[in-house]
Amino acid sequence: MSVDQGTVHRIAHLARIAVDDNEVEHLQREINAILSFVEALGAIDVEGVEPMTSVLPMLLRMRPDEVTDGFIAEDVVANAPEREDHFFVVPKVVE
Amino acid sequence: MTDLTRLSLAAARDGLRAKKFTAVELTRAHLAAMEKARALNAYLVETPDLALAAAASSDARLAKGEGGPLEGLPLGIKDLYCTKGVATTAASRILENFVPHYESTVSSQLWRDGAVMLGKLNLDEFAMGSSNETSAYGPVVSPWRRNGSDAKIVPGGSSGGSAAAVAAHLCLGATATDTGGSIRQPAAFTGTVGIKPTYGRCSRWGIVAFASSLDQAGPIARDVRDAAIMLRSMAGYDAKDSTSVDLPTPDYETAVGASIKGKRIGIPKEYRLDGMSAEIDALWMRGVAWLKDAGAEIVEISLPHTRHALPAYYIVAPAEASSNLARYDGVRYGLRKPGRDIQDMYEQTRAAGFGPEVRRRIMIGAYVLSAGYYDAYYVRAQKIRTLIKRDFETTFNAGVDAILTPATPSPAFAIGEKGAADPVEMYLNDVFTVTVNMAGLPGIVVPGGLSAEGLPLGLQLIGRPFEEETLFSLAAALEQAAPRMEPPQAWWA
Repeated sequence: MSVDQGTVHRIAHLARIAVDDNEVEHLQREINAILSFVEALGAIDVEGVEPMTSVLPMLLRMRPDEVTDGFIAEDVVANAPEREDHFFVVPKVVE
Repeated sequence: MTDLTRLSLAAARDGLRAKKFTAVELTRAHLAAMEKARALNAYLVETPDLALAAAASSDARLAKGEGGPLEGLPLGIKDLYCTKGVATTAASRILENFVPHYESTVSSQLWRDGAVMLGKLNLDEFAMGSSNETSAYGPVVSPWRRNGSDAKIVPGGSSGGSAAAVAAHLCLGATATDTGGSIRQPAAFTGTVGIKPTYGRCSRWGIVAFASSLDQAGPIARDVRDAAIMLRSMAGYDAKDSTSVDLPTPDYETAVGASIKGKRIGIPKEYRLDGMSAEIDALWMRGVAWLKDAGAEIVEISLPHTRHALPAYYIVAPAEASSNLARYDGVRYGLRKPGRDIQDMYEQTRAAGFGPEVRRRIMIGAYVLSAGYYDAYYVRAQKIRTLIKRDFETTFNAGVDAILTPATPSPAFAIGEKGAADPVEMYLNDVFTVTVNMAGLPGIVVPGGLSAEGLPLGLQLIGRPFEEETLFSLAAALEQAAPRMEPPQAWWA
């Protein structure tokens, strides 16, 4: 499979990365090089094979449903590029 | 006084306990070496004040006969580990001004045990790369050079700063991380020792995530004993990482020097690649002979799905990366670029913040996870991962204790020499290391000798899950047998 320039734009939008028109051809070539590298996987017989979900047999541990951390709002917002009190500020999203 | 930076971590530890020198003297010696070695670009941030204060506290504890297993020992920290109050960039512009308000579990355990932080070490951006050339803050230069050449050589990646700093004696040891070979390949390129422990052995909490099902922390050090000492402090159960394993941490140092008589070592025929260089093949065969001489039994094994591991990795790792790196949105931390609306703000921020390799991997990941392609790429790659793991299980169930392979298909290359035209050329560096991450196994790399051009070459041992001790014993046997390497001349100082 290979991607066309329209697909490159679509992927860039899915990834929320702005791409200049003059970068598209270059990106298309690189993405297609990687896709052709992984192409051979399509020929492997994987009939009846379970996809891996955990690399080692591990059970997710349960713990009592209780507060173990918190009251650190100042720490949480300390690195925000824009903030007001303990809120993150974003461009307006509702009219 | 002899140059304290020439000591191994174990010798420095013993010297401190015997009061031959102080932690402040040891730290000062390293800070001075770092200052002279800035041309290598190994450290992104130096923290001399913090280091000297920590060393002085260590001296106070040592004077009272107290102190932890790493008391007063100066270390470098890969800049993927969050360090409280010290900038943590992941070598990316998007985290240029990020100062964590918390400490990663692994680094906090080093400080608990008395270690001293010298600074933060350069890496490939978000640990994506095999040469340290993708760092937003410039490549790291290896302390090694080819015979008769002053071409700048890469230290490998992604833990290139860690490997270069250890090889150039700019710290006694360093933390690193390994998603597809990022501890072991740079260790091989710089003549150092690096171990990626079993998935789950070290907590991932507080380490900037790349591909969560593959990422593991581990040390790079100058010899096997030093790596064992460091891993003991780094490993251990952490309730804050749901994939951290609740097992006791052995005293790995006691495994160094233990007999390897009767250990069964598998030699996988699939690792003999078409067109493999005679030099790498000869190194591998020397490794076989060294283990045999030390009493190990050598058996040929088959890992039939080996050649599919690297392509499958380049689906799984970018898929997880695209998901993990979705958090860099210009809202909660890191860079923000203004936009027409919130969507445009996200897109402008991420375009400005991510370098070309990271962008490429995020886009590949978004593609293989997108509707219509998820089954063909991602689910299929996860099925192939099951097959790769099954190969190893079959081998280990047949009584094989560990597997010996070359670490890399070639010695280190010069900056700018690889991957410019085709990203896949760079990816092929990880062909021998990536299977280990795909199967969650432990792997260690030790130096095996020098290439014809005078650059280090490494051997890799792959072990059963949670049997890092066996790897330390076998690696120590290889280290004993391998020719002594003269450390690189300090041309940078």
